[in-house]
Amino acid sequence: MKTLKYFKKQFAVKHFISYFVLIGVILVMAVLSATGALSRSAYSTLTKIGYSMILAVSLNLVVGFLGELSLGHAGFMCVGAYIGCFIFNLLEPVTGSGILTLIIAMLSGGVSAAIFGFIIGVPALRLRGDYLAICTLAFGEIVRNVFKNLPFFGGAKGLNTGLFDRTTLLFVTLVTVLVVLAIVQNLIRSKHGRAITAIRDNEIAARAMGVNVTYYKLLVFVLSAFAAGLSGVLYGKAVGIIRQDNFSYNYSIEILVMVVLGGIGSMNGSLIAATIITAVTVFLQNPPPAIRDALNLGDDTLAIVKTIAYAVILILIIMYNNAPVFAGLREKLSIKKLFAKFKKKDPGNISADEAKWDRITTKIEMDEVLRVDVKKREGELTDPDKPERGAK
Amino acid sequence: MNDVLLRTENLGISFGGLKAVEGLNLEVRKGQLYGLVGPNGAGKTTVFNMLTGVNLPTEGTFFLDGEELRGKSQEAINRKGIARTFQNIRLFVNMSVVRNVMVGLHNQPEFHCNAFTSMFRLPRHYEEEATMRDKAKEILKIFDLYEERNNLSCNLPYGKQRKLEIARALATNPKLLLLDEPAAGMNPNETEDLMTIVRRLRDEFDLTILLIEHDMHFVSGLCDEITVLNFGQTLAHGTPEEALNDPEVIRAYIGN
Repeated sequence: MKTLKYFKKQFAVKHFISYFVLIGVILVMAVLSATGALSRSAYSTLTKIGYSMILAVSLNLVVGFLGELSLGHAGFMCVGAYIGCFIFNLLEPVTGSGILTLIIAMLSGGVSAAIFGFIIGVPALRLRGDYLAICTLAFGEIVRNVFKNLPFFGGAKGLNTGLFDRTTLLFVTLVTVLVVLAIVQNLIRSKHGRAITAIRDNEIAARAMGVNVTYYKLLVFVLSAFAAGLSGVLYGKAVGIIRQDNFSYNYSIEILVMVVLGGIGSMNGSLIAATIITAVTVFLQNPPPAIRDALNLGDDTLAIVKTIAYAVILILIIMYNNAPVFAGLREKLSIKKLFAKFKKKDPGNISADEAKWDRITTKIEMDEVLRVDVKKREGELTDPDKPERGAK
Repeated sequence: MNDVLLRTENLGISFGGLKAVEGLNLEVRKGQLYGLVGPNGAGKTTVFNMLTGVNLPTEGTFFLDGEELRGKSQEAINRKGIARTFQNIRLFVNMSVVRNVMVGLHNQPEFHCNAFTSMFRLPRHYEEEATMRDKAKEILKIFDLYEERNNLSCNLPYGKQRKLEIARALATNPKLLLLDEPAAGMNPNETEDLMTIVRRLRDEFDLTILLIEHDMHFVSGLCDEITVLNFGQTLAHGTPEEALNDPEVIRAYIGN
């Protein structure tokens, strides 16, 4: 069967490694929570990591694959959180506060965020680069302030949604991460993903090849906003009260830092970076009392440090990735090279043992190199019509 | 005149006060290799831009197979059957060679699975991906790029990048192929090679090819008919021998 054959041929473990790890995490959590080993704060931290992962993965789709900088991701999350949790509150008397209501709330939050994603996607067709970033930034701030001034969403006091059952919420979050990751990765590794990457690489050429740029830009914005909306609802149910100032510009930057730290265009990187950044944030917001006393700090001094730290991380990563000064260092530390070193021992690396210079293996290699050279030259002489490889 | 594929009627464009192209009347018949030559700044690439919908002609119009395409978007024009390559190579640099071609195949009617099918990996997705990859490999074989299929396109040597651009354009299954200086930057051997490929394309794929080129050896060896442009005006028109020996053309190139 052609389908199966193709699947086997194209199958690569590295494409699925994140799924295996996530499923592993879900199983471990199931065991831990069944034995009651997870504390209250562990549940909240893990849920926070989960919805941060959704945010990072969905923003990476826009930044890494469509190649547009969006600074309004917290705005989409805000829309999802408010509308999803509002619907949750409405449905609660009818369907109870079970998992069904949560799923309906998540879908409605996601869809409403997706509608806003569409609205933002329309200017994205005309604007690009910094200008689009400013546009999305303004969108995030506007949305937040609109919700702040709508009385039936609780106004400045925030929308009270009530906490959801911790255990169920954690598993719903982790499963959502898995689903969102699968959908985004499947999209990227398909002809649609190629079209999206083509737009990023060269929009003019993509258009000339018949790629429908309008459709794909809107698709990416809608999909990424939908995922952000889902994570907004999860956030709302995890914290119990939605306050608009949590969705400020700083939060959008925090998500962007996750994407940049993990590597733009790398989904696995986004997952890891979301975990690290969220864990660090939680640590800085609630440092263990021992450390706080030892450093003699106020209650939220470390939380302020966090904001500075993100800016510094962002600047350092961008400098490291782009400055010519670091070119040598980048080469040396590139993950591909480290892996190559790890996988096979380099037979040419014999500097430690000088006696090995006389060993035959090296000589054979040299001979081979020479023979290839000679062959190539002969080929050139006998067949002058064949264009030389690498000629300009 | 039923076999005319591309017809432009008094096609022209002006940017502000500058008339880049004026009153261009081309008639390219099916299966023809048509050349568009002229000194730098003559407006040749602008003609291509108008024909592919990058620039909207300010006067006149053009027809492909009797259908007016003026005012259509680039994507729509590509789907109607005009594909092009670029003077300054525009490959998808972060993609492998085979994927570049697969982007070109993207719009073919046999590959119409929607985003939903791909997101949820329905069987149709795998079928189409397999067929698409096979077809892309077939196209790469024509251009002698099969061995390089998994390399990043930006790592290819210049001549191969040019060939890949043509391969990618061919993948969109065009009726009319526009080649913008296909031999620029190639050594004589590669140019010869390219000439064979271009001829093969016309014969095996029933393509009509309109090309811009500065290499007169290439043009006169390949084209059936040429039009010479200078400062947006049509100077001469006819077979390569006729047009290139036209006194006006010689004056434009060499001076009095």
